[in-house]
Amino acid sequence: MSEGEGMAKAPVSTLRRVVLAAIPVLIFVVLAAFLLRGLDLNPKEIPSVMIDKPVPEFSLPPLPRRDDKGLSTADLKQGQVALVNVFASWCVACRAEHPILMDLKERGIVAIHGMDYKDKPEDGQRWLEDLGDPYDLVGNDLSGRVGIDWGVYGVPETFLVSGDGRILCKQIGPITPKILRNKILPAIEAAKAGRKVTC
Amino acid sequence: MIPEIGHFALVLALVVMIVQAVIPQIGAATGRQGWMKVADMAAMTQVLLVGIAFAALMTAYIQSDFSVLNVAENSHTAKPLLYKITGVWANHEGSLLLWIFILAIYGAAVAVFGDNLPPTLKARVLAVQATVGVGFLLFILATSNPFIRLDPAPLQGNGLNPLLQDPGLAFHPPFLYLGYVGLSIAFSFSIAALIEGRVDPAWARWVRPWTLTAWIFLTIGIGIGSYWAYYELGWGGWWFWDPVENASFMPWLAATALLHSAIVVEKRDALKNWTILLAILAFSLSLLGTFIVRSGVLNSVHAFASDPTRGFFILLFLASVVGGALFLYALRAPGMKLGGVFAPISREGALVLNNLLLVAAAATVLIGTLYPLFLDALTGEKVSVGPPFYNATFVPLIAPLLATLSVGPMLPWKRGDLAGALSRLKAVFAIAFLGAVLTLWLAADVTPLSILGIVLGLWLVFGALAEFADRIKLFAIPLEKSVNRARGLPKSAWGMTLAHVGVGVMVLGITISDTWQDEVLTSARPGDTLQVAGYDLEFQKIGTVPGPNYQALQATFRVTRDGELVTMLYPSVRTFTNPPMQTTEAAIRPTLLGDIYLALGEPDGDGAYAFRLYYKPFVIWIWLGGLFMAIGGLVSLADRRHRIGAPVRRRARPAPGAAE
Repeated sequence: MSEGEGMAKAPVSTLRRVVLAAIPVLIFVVLAAFLLRGLDLNPKEIPSVMIDKPVPEFSLPPLPRRDDKGLSTADLKQGQVALVNVFASWCVACRAEHPILMDLKERGIVAIHGMDYKDKPEDGQRWLEDLGDPYDLVGNDLSGRVGIDWGVYGVPETFLVSGDGRILCKQIGPITPKILRNKILPAIEAAKAGRKVTC
Repeated sequence: MIPEIGHFALVLALVVMIVQAVIPQIGAATGRQGWMKVADMAAMTQVLLVGIAFAALMTAYIQSDFSVLNVAENSHTAKPLLYKITGVWANHEGSLLLWIFILAIYGAAVAVFGDNLPPTLKARVLAVQATVGVGFLLFILATSNPFIRLDPAPLQGNGLNPLLQDPGLAFHPPFLYLGYVGLSIAFSFSIAALIEGRVDPAWARWVRPWTLTAWIFLTIGIGIGSYWAYYELGWGGWWFWDPVENASFMPWLAATALLHSAIVVEKRDALKNWTILLAILAFSLSLLGTFIVRSGVLNSVHAFASDPTRGFFILLFLASVVGGALFLYALRAPGMKLGGVFAPISREGALVLNNLLLVAAAATVLIGTLYPLFLDALTGEKVSVGPPFYNATFVPLIAPLLATLSVGPMLPWKRGDLAGALSRLKAVFAIAFLGAVLTLWLAADVTPLSILGIVLGLWLVFGALAEFADRIKLFAIPLEKSVNRARGLPKSAWGMTLAHVGVGVMVLGITISDTWQDEVLTSARPGDTLQVAGYDLEFQKIGTVPGPNYQALQATFRVTRDGELVTMLYPSVRTFTNPPMQTTEAAIRPTLLGDIYLALGEPDGDGAYAFRLYYKPFVIWIWLGGLFMAIGGLVSLADRRHRIGAPVRRRARPAPGAAE
């Protein structure tokens, strides 16, 4: 029909038919190029909401058998670049992420703090005892109230916080080796060197 | 052990798929009967193998085998059995397995029911079908294997997204997939026709019922999805132009166009290239829908499993299947023989207009869906496209489509008389005009869109009925003879009338529920009485009710009208622990004339609770209209001429003038 096929008058030249028949595939090529580009973009990235803002005021109680005092705003303003990892014992993706955090702790390049999100303190504690404890400080956010202030909307999430307590970077979803290599480690390096962090 | 059997069956299925994709194609090209016959055997073996894999995954879910990663991530022992079963396809890996299972079923159906197809066409159709299947199986096995084990196995699973723990959404995906994948048959037929280099009416007689089947499933699937949004999301809305909703709506629009253009190929041997292109587009939009949902390219509440690696694979697959098909089209379409000629004012002309408007509407939805991506890719800016865009673009395309919908069936094939057709619609026009006057009279603040909706809705319903009355010569001949004529009409004529009435009923439902909706947003405490549309709702109490894997906060309302008890309503909010999440369960009292819709909101901490209370007149007509369309499709599918064997007999008859 787009070829003029069937319409009473229009005798259609061969060239025209060839050109018309090629249009759909050309449109598709353009579309596919955009889709390919789209794979590298993250529509879920919420650019500027928390980034470069000071961390919210909060104070979370500790887990039962860890010898720390929980986690609060002041802990993140000690002049030391730190990661804040939001996890929960009920979260399977956190289980996948966990060995990478253990590895990162072993390398000792950055302090890692944990926020046990919407989780009973006892469950979070047991989880760390079973799987290993990569954290310096851990606060328990039973109600998820503090998580809301941080803009958490799923676990795991990881924030990179500067020495003066500003959120520099945010990772939504589990840290994979590739994300660690390409995003987290360069960001930590930049933050330590006092350069501008892009991620 | 069982998961390993499933995994193994899937690998075997891939091998069989490859054989089915290659051997029959070569056989058809070189005229080897034996090679072509391989397709049938392979298609049957495949459905068995994929069936075993599907059953294996379902077993793992029913047994809550958390050593399987997919089960651990998406299931939980406390989940009711129904949702353990439907949990199989409520996640990325499982839903792909369902997709390929349905593809295998359709393939086997062609193998079984396709005995009267020319052998080369059948072999090629099945080979193309298998080519698509190879891509999907590779995708599953390489990036989305549902049978991966987890060691150590967790004691408990992650649970299923509570929004998906609902009967409506449990059966929404299978219907959608039956629709999406059903379009693969029309696609395979088109590619086979391009390879063969010819299309004849027999081809269209085959493509039509398959497209119709897919279309019915899509219609039902979209209907269920939108009804779910209506009662589950708590806002009383039923369509949000969300990317994933659009992903199912675009193939529906294309399939609707395809259904109609295939009629022209069958009856008039015209529009052949266009019909082939539409079949390719319809299935491509299905694949694109899968890509959109699965790749995370677009943000959506539905994109519950998205991953860029998978996205790349799907894109590669999409590029090969769609790009390859369109490339083949570009090469072969110019050489296809042209068909019958017709005047612009004719049944064919009306169907061409229908096609153009439907395809333009689908393109509009596509642009709206992908615009955020285009803008992000070009400028880095983030936007979302909402209802205002669609009101401004989609409505102006659909309105003329609906306006001509009543006229088209009145026109004869080849050359029609527009004035004659319109004069037979005089009474319908009068009814629609009366409707417009009544709307102006009754509605407090009426918008042009409301009037347009009422006029079009009435025009459609009575236009379809008038066409039917015309056909059985109602009132022109004795009633008895009219009834006899109605009995003698082909089922496809009944189906068309039902479906077209359905469109009108839906338009009326949409317009009336929107124009005369009553909305009360308030907070209330036990003892208070809310009022809407003449009903009194007495808030009696509120309390906690335990569910199988949630706690519900449930309010009790006594609904009365003029002191008479109408019904009790129990709106509730469910709090799930695995994963921690809340869902709204609106309480609805549906009647044909209007729904009372009550949703419970947040407590104010002081003993009062927020409520959203609506009265939505005629809202159920929206889904009733959809149901009419689906039933119309079913009735038409039951037409003798669509059945196996019938096409051969029909071929002998000369092309009828005004039948259909």
